[in-house]
Amino acid sequence: MEPVLLAQGAEARVYAARLNGSPTVVKERFAKAYRHPDIDYRLRSTRMAQEAKMLLRARQAGVRAPTVHFADMQACALHLEHVDGPTAKRFIQERTVEEVHAVATAIGEAVAKLHDADIVHGDLTTSNMLLRGGAADQLVMIDFGLGQFTTLVKDKAVDLYVCEKAFLSTHPSSDALFAHMLDAYKASSRHGAEVVSHLDKVRARGRKKICLG
Amino acid sequence: MAARADLGLLALGFEGSANKIGVGVVRLDGAILSNPRRTFITPAGQGFLPRETATHHQQHVVELAAAALREAGVTMAQIGLICYTKGPGMGAPLRAAAVAARTLAALWRKPLIPVNHCVAHIEMGRLATGKARPVVLYVSGGNTQVIAYLNQRYHIFGETIDIAVGNMLDRFARLLNLSNDPSPGYNIEQLAKSAPRAAAAGGGGGGGEHGRLVELPYGVFGMDVSFSGILSHIQAIAPALLASGGATAAELCYALQETVFAMLVEVTERALAHCGGDSVLLVGGVGCNERLQQMMRDMCADRGAVLGAMDERYCVDNGAMIAWTGMVDYARSGRAPEWAELYCTQRFRTDEVHVHWRDD
Ligand SMILES: Nc1ncnc2c1ncn2[C@@H]1O[C@H](COP(=O)(O)OP(=O)(O)O)[C@@H](O)[C@H]1O
Ligand SMILES: [Mg+2]
Repeated sequence: MEPVLLAQGAEARVYAARLNGSPTVVKERFAKAYRHPDIDYRLRSTRMAQEAKMLLRARQAGVRAPTVHFADMQACALHLEHVDGPTAKRFIQERTVEEVHAVATAIGEAVAKLHDADIVHGDLTTSNMLLRGGAADQLVMIDFGLGQFTTLVKDKAVDLYVCEKAFLSTHPSSDALFAHMLDAYKASSRHGAEVVSHLDKVRARGRKKICLG
Repeated sequence: MAARADLGLLALGFEGSANKIGVGVVRLDGAILSNPRRTFITPAGQGFLPRETATHHQQHVVELAAAALREAGVTMAQIGLICYTKGPGMGAPLRAAAVAARTLAALWRKPLIPVNHCVAHIEMGRLATGKARPVVLYVSGGNTQVIAYLNQRYHIFGETIDIAVGNMLDRFARLLNLSNDPSPGYNIEQLAKSAPRAAAAGGGGGGGEHGRLVELPYGVFGMDVSFSGILSHIQAIAPALLASGGATAAELCYALQETVFAMLVEVTERALAHCGGDSVLLVGGVGCNERLQQMMRDMCADRGAVLGAMDERYCVDNGAMIAWTGMVDYARSGRAPEWAELYCTQRFRTDEVHVHWRDD
């Protein structure tokens, strides 16, 4: 039977599968013909391994994330629990203001939990968050291939900065939404205020850069 | 305002933000009537020379303006507006072009429109390729940005957190003492082509011929990239490798290109995946690199997207792209800013511009 392609993300193809009767997905970081095979294999294998490790740590930190069933080192593929529901990106585009606000709160709280466990996600876009069953309070974080352990406030602020840029360049007039997400983050993270104030510095760094040519 | 927006409106544009000085005449229907330019080439081993570059621009801007009008077969009286690069760029060279534009505008009482250089690459790219809503990778000596449009703004989705990719390549070329003619990046590319290749031995990467890869750090952080660590690494290992024969200059150029272009294509793909776009534009001087183009085209093909055909009208700095962008701005707003606002600035971010002329 042909595997059913569910999505092609930034790095991987995600197929529907089954394991012991329950629905799973296979996330395959397939070979990319555009880049040198050495670089290609190095990236695919390290990111797969990193993702498997970080998914587990995220779950230990109390953040919803898919269970890892199996890692196929040869194909650089992870077999993950299937999360049934839309991405936060689609949810934000389609739902009511109240529901969207609730999701922003959930995102702020989930990122706070990750950061309090010294995990930065590395690619906090709304494509990398799913809402199980389409419920605003069932936020599941995915795509941890760029995740890192770090205790540095600076790294956590950069994580939020990535998130901000993704919000603003995907969701029309999302300044208020992102601000709401930050409020939720500040309220629930131990070092929230410190990280958010560092975010201003990270933003300024971008603004100050001189561009020649 | 409707009267002004007739398709015969002509704009004269001045660009001088980096080492090229260019003047172009463009019509509102998109026709480029002329686009002459000259490039200031620094001696081998030297980087940007702002003062000398400005002198070069001052020496050539008048003859270029005359040539632009002559080639277009129009007179100053027929020009509807004048446009110039407000920034970003090197201060002195920017001013050389801006002074010429201001003088002509004052003499002939024409509206004068300031233009963001990065936005001009994008607008001309959209015109030249017919791609309405591309994800843009802007790579030059001073810029490295992944740009996506939303709600009348070009958002910087990802960018370099330290130096620009072109700057990094230039500095590496200086280490190898490569010529700056026509550009250091071009000479790195030619040298990289001569690195020995062998058929790919499986393990992914999809066929083709590949050379031996000197391993370099890989600097992708989410949607951002970093080049200063790679530069200092290769600066540190190169002298010993070259002396011992552990790697040739060609192999180092090859490894550097393979590594940094893989990073650039990866972050572009990430923007494409997240924004759901179906086309990519590659703009700026580094975009002329054929290996980067090939990698970008392969990435696009893999996800059912297309790379806009490369074209001098938008890839390389020129006057026509400034004229075109100032004109679409003016044709929509019908006004020119006050004289006090008509200055130049080294810092001028792509996302500061209100793209009021787009309705999508
Ligand atoms: N466990 C999962 N259950 C259901 N869908 C998933 C799951 N993991 C990923 N997806 C879908 O696949 C897409 C890409 O997955 P992601 O892990 O973000 O890969 P990439 O690194 O390629 O972006 C997601 O946006 C989502 O739609
Ligand atoms: Mg993803």
